[in-house]
Amino acid sequence: MSDDIYREIILDHYRNPRNKGKLENADVTVHDSNPLCGDEIDMHLKVNDGIISDVKFEGKGCAISQASASMLTEMVMGKDLKKEDILENIGLINLGPARIKCALLSLKVLKVGMIKYYSENDPKSAEQIKNESSFY
Amino acid sequence: MQRSIVNSYELRNDFPIFKKKINGKDLVYLDNASTTQKPYSVINSITDFYSNYNSNIHRAVYQLAEEATELYEQSRKKIANFINVRPEEIIFTRNTTESINLIAHSWARSNLKKDDVIAITEIEHHSNIVPWQILCQEIGTRLEYVGIDESGFLDIEYLIELISSRKVKLVSISHMSNVLGTIVPIERIVKTAHQYDIPVIVDGAQSVPHMPVDVKKLDCDFLVFSAHKMLGPTGVGVLYAKKELLEKMKPFMAGGDMIKEVFKFHTNYNEVPYKFEAGTPNIADVVGFGVAVEYLEKIGMENIRNHEIYLTEYALESMQSLKHITIYGPMDSKFRGGVISFNIADIHPHDLATIMNDHGIAIRSGHHCAQVLMQRLDVPATSRASFYIYNTKEEIDKFVNAIKEAGRIFKI
Repeated sequence: MSDDIYREIILDHYRNPRNKGKLENADVTVHDSNPLCGDEIDMHLKVNDGIISDVKFEGKGCAISQASASMLTEMVMGKDLKKEDILENIGLINLGPARIKCALLSLKVLKVGMIKYYSENDPKSAEQIKNESSFY
Repeated sequence: MQRSIVNSYELRNDFPIFKKKINGKDLVYLDNASTTQKPYSVINSITDFYSNYNSNIHRAVYQLAEEATELYEQSRKKIANFINVRPEEIIFTRNTTESINLIAHSWARSNLKKDDVIAITEIEHHSNIVPWQILCQEIGTRLEYVGIDESGFLDIEYLIELISSRKVKLVSISHMSNVLGTIVPIERIVKTAHQYDIPVIVDGAQSVPHMPVDVKKLDCDFLVFSAHKMLGPTGVGVLYAKKELLEKMKPFMAGGDMIKEVFKFHTNYNEVPYKFEAGTPNIADVVGFGVAVEYLEKIGMENIRNHEIYLTEYALESMQSLKHITIYGPMDSKFRGGVISFNIADIHPHDLATIMNDHGIAIRSGHHCAQVLMQRLDVPATSRASFYIYNTKEEIDKFVNAIKEAGRIFKI
């Protein structure tokens, strides 16, 4: 129930988001919103040799969407964009079908960013990410 | 303090859904501005129709078809009587949205021209904004918005100024805001508009279910509303229009039932209201809607309005004592419907609604299909509680306690 969802760590990331703001000279910037709730996320990515060297997000919305975006930026920093394991362990699996969309919005934006980046540099990898992703 | 003679505790027994438990708790349903629950009589009338009268209407001559037609047309009469108009002035649509689209298509498109102004307001639902935006893009009409003040009241003086500028050729306005609850003085607006021969569309989706609405008194040219917001089934909406307007209007959808005679290259259309009801309509649900209206009339619309003033007054009073709360709209429940939008500290409405759900409480969170109003209020979203005949003071206590509980979880 709500006490499990709105744990200390979620409230902390909601009120003190990590990596929030704009990123100068980002390689990719992607925006998306959740039309039902009005949650909004912008992701800015810098990529070096397939590794995320820097990431920042901007956004507004509920605690779940904003905290998960903040947590996601911490998780993916320095990681290989193609790897799927960065997507695990956001730890909000208790959510129902309506709220899970809030938790997954930043992930969706990140994936679109990955596809966008690779479609310019490495179309084969872009296709692979697209196929592995269930968001489209 | 407003008193209510509506016995909501007893009425609740007429609604099967209140037997349902949510997270082990009694359901506290506070999303009535979105849709309302249905009494047994409405639910049973639909089963009864399919069990005993099912056939298509207006066509066949056998007994069953005559009975079905009679039931459908009886519903039209009940609804006409409910808002004090003639039965042939009632068109059944799918919902309020379709009714407004019908007017945009069949009246506005052929009666307005480039640079004509359509006046709407900042409190409108998307259904009274987007059809006009599309029309403006297509035929070059212009939209003008009437704003609200800090208490959520419309700037009526500006609207009157707009109307008297003679550029306005249509006014389309909500009778009651689905977010702020603000009740709009339609009679005064219609009187002014008619001095300049401008027709007025009234969006009654929030008013017709909750207070007495007498079209003869309002004298509006169009009134639109939905059955499902007044105990009726989903899938039925109403368009009322003055008969002389309907007779001049072009059809909306074309096909069966809206015709008198069809030839190879032309058609003579049926008379009103049938000209606007192409194809087999939602017969069973229209019949169910008639039963819903009977149910409301038995309680009395004046009593329903007073019950909601009573609940709103109590809720506003209880909520005002909460820390970090912002309540939107008029604070005097005499001027607002039973709709309360609010925000509390930095708790996002969706998070609040999730916490409320733990307690079996259903409230709405989001932009309420009124993003123009959200922009005016400068908030991305609000939480909204909205009441009806079956809501009680104890439910409002539960709701207020759940807000406090959210404050505890969010450590505010």
